[in-house]
Amino acid sequence: MAQMRTPIESGVPDNKPYLHPTLLKNYGNWKYHDRPRPGVLHHVSHSGDEVWSVRAGTQRQMDVYTIRKLCDIADTYAEGHVRFTIRSNIEFMVSDPNKVAPLINALEESGFPVGGTGNSVSMIAHTQGWLHCDIPGTDASGVVKALMDELYDEFKREDMPNRVHLSTSCCEINCGGQADIAIIVQHTKPPKINHDLVANACERPAVVARCPVAAIRPALVNGKPSLEVDEKKCICCGACYPPCPPMQINDPEHSKLAIWVGGKNSNARGKPTFMKMVASGLPNNAPRWPEVSEMVKKILYTYKADARPWERLSDWVERIGWPRFFEKCDLPFTKYLIDDWRGSRANLNASTHIRF
Amino acid sequence: MAKKMHATPMLDELESGPWPSFVTGLKRLAKDKDYMVDLMGQLETSYQTRKGYWKGGTVGVFGYGGGVIPRFTELKDAEGKPQFPDAAEFHTLRVQPPAGMHYNTDILRKMADIWERHGSGLIAFHGQSGDIMFQGAKTDKVQDAFDELNELGFDLGGAGPAVRTSMSCVGAARCEQSCYDEARAHRQVLNTFTDDIHRPALPYKFKFKFSGCSNDCMNSIQRSDMAVIGTWRDNMRTDETLARKWFEKHGMNELVNDVINRCPTKTIMLKEVKDVAKGDKISSVKINDTQCLEIDNSNCVRCMHCINVMTGALAHGTDTGATILVGGKRTLKIGDLMGTVVVPFMPLKTDADYQQLVELGQKVIDFFAENALEHERTGEMIERIGLVNFLEGIGLEVDANMVSTPRTNPYVRADGWDDEVAKINARKQAAG
Repeated sequence: MAQMRTPIESGVPDNKPYLHPTLLKNYGNWKYHDRPRPGVLHHVSHSGDEVWSVRAGTQRQMDVYTIRKLCDIADTYAEGHVRFTIRSNIEFMVSDPNKVAPLINALEESGFPVGGTGNSVSMIAHTQGWLHCDIPGTDASGVVKALMDELYDEFKREDMPNRVHLSTSCCEINCGGQADIAIIVQHTKPPKINHDLVANACERPAVVARCPVAAIRPALVNGKPSLEVDEKKCICCGACYPPCPPMQINDPEHSKLAIWVGGKNSNARGKPTFMKMVASGLPNNAPRWPEVSEMVKKILYTYKADARPWERLSDWVERIGWPRFFEKCDLPFTKYLIDDWRGSRANLNASTHIRF
Repeated sequence: MAKKMHATPMLDELESGPWPSFVTGLKRLAKDKDYMVDLMGQLETSYQTRKGYWKGGTVGVFGYGGGVIPRFTELKDAEGKPQFPDAAEFHTLRVQPPAGMHYNTDILRKMADIWERHGSGLIAFHGQSGDIMFQGAKTDKVQDAFDELNELGFDLGGAGPAVRTSMSCVGAARCEQSCYDEARAHRQVLNTFTDDIHRPALPYKFKFKFSGCSNDCMNSIQRSDMAVIGTWRDNMRTDETLARKWFEKHGMNELVNDVINRCPTKTIMLKEVKDVAKGDKISSVKINDTQCLEIDNSNCVRCMHCINVMTGALAHGTDTGATILVGGKRTLKIGDLMGTVVVPFMPLKTDADYQQLVELGQKVIDFFAENALEHERTGEMIERIGLVNFLEGIGLEVDANMVSTPRTNPYVRADGWDDEVAKINARKQAAG
């Protein structure tokens, strides 16, 4: 056997070699910024230096040809330096305002929309889905592509009341993250157990321990060690599936999509908020998920029409109240939206604050 | 020569519409790679049947216990043979990005070349934990791809019960709201735990995230076990030229409705210039010849709103550092948890300050490693044992900023009350 190469455990690389020279020179010395147009940020340093950043949307899962195209644009129209945002947008930095318009043209001619800044709907944070995840109830890249096609103009404009972050997650573990509007696959039936495989594939105590409601018990089925699920207790969270794939939770028909709203990580104005579930039961209709798009757009445009300047979706709902949110968005408030998990009483209305 | 493409009628539909299409990218790669022809075959099958077909396994690189996400196809025919054999293995390498996700084209091209040679040619910038996701390599190519990326100065990130790859915002590199050197903190803290990233041995995952201000662009408060969020202690700075310019453009209605009324603690007031209060904690700035904004900094919660609206006219102070919160996470197993304040303010200016941050991280991870149950996140551990036990475990003093309200239930054994009061009084006295 050939000598194995010992890794260089270098950890996080130094970002200094990759910084645009104006960024490097003015590191920690910026004074203010403004936005000359949607998709463009203009930062001014205490030194008087200025830099323009042009932000464009990408498909996140990029082939090498797309990456090389973006590099060609950066070399020809920008100054060879880029960065990515947490929502997989790409930013090109230039030190000359005259380079902004040609850069925007080059990006848009190549199919990369310029936008995503300020009060826009930014690119959707998402998970891996059917492309790479081992427990996905749906796809992620496809849902995002379908939805961003519909929200394309809202990415390129800045005319929402405040910024809008969206996310999608292909199961309830919700790797996609918190967002103003989030789309999350929800399992609605307990796992289907393939008892022939459990003994070989699963460490049974670990699976039992994983269940948040103690619905899983060891059992002997057809003379073989296996597991059984108390289906009345099961909340269909899917936590048993990763350590035990024979407990199949995904279901082509019964895996549904749910919509959550009002998540905000920023501390601006109010404290950060978690997003809340407002709808469920939407069909997993690949390849365009039209029912999901329709509901997201309904919520988004109701917010756009009704919220005041600077109100994030959570700020808007706080002002108008949840009952009115459901009325305005034409969403049914069902018993499944009343929290019954640990700490749930904190979510109940312990006041006479009621709007009529 | 690539094999014949499978029919992909559903994926084809995702090529229409204005947003960039990942399907078009997959097709471009499939022109040269049988690997991607079959990958598209499997993905199309998922679209048709609405089921996923990947399972995990064990694939890694020499010397490391994690960092590669193995995927083997479960889509097999009656004889147990993969239906799409060329894509039967589709592993992902998680690679740690530079802080702030800055690149130049030279490094991106080199990454693309390496991944074209050894992998599928599909790269995600970035995964939800911040890693560059080199998506799709066969088992026997993983080591070659890693070796070349590693020689280029890049290293694998975390997977499984390990310290995970971190994220930091654009920060001091391009943001006036940055309150510390995020990239330095990110690199210095994370590189302390390189061993814990590469060799998963913790109870469960542990994530650090670094945001330069409380706009928290990295979503550290909900998505990290230890959130480092920039803030300041002294007074807000003001700039009259920019304040007047803002007011000329936006006018009185916007100033009142969008700035003054939206202050969560009502600490900004509009005053006649002659009436502005004087004092150590007061900042003020003229918006025209007669009117002025007055800010009582002692009641400012550093929420960033007014600074976001009037960028440059109002700015954070110069005595900067970070608030540290511990225990954020979502869903499994007890539900959503926000991070909890454990250090209201840690200065981040000097070498010693940054070392102090590293040491706090070490204490938190050590305590987590020793006290969390299997598959339990830090926030869940704190809920189980109580915040006070956690604070005592890592050697931090209690502070009223750690709670929204004091306790509301009476069930507490308070027989150590007098001792605690004496301790706190002594501490206050010592601090002068």
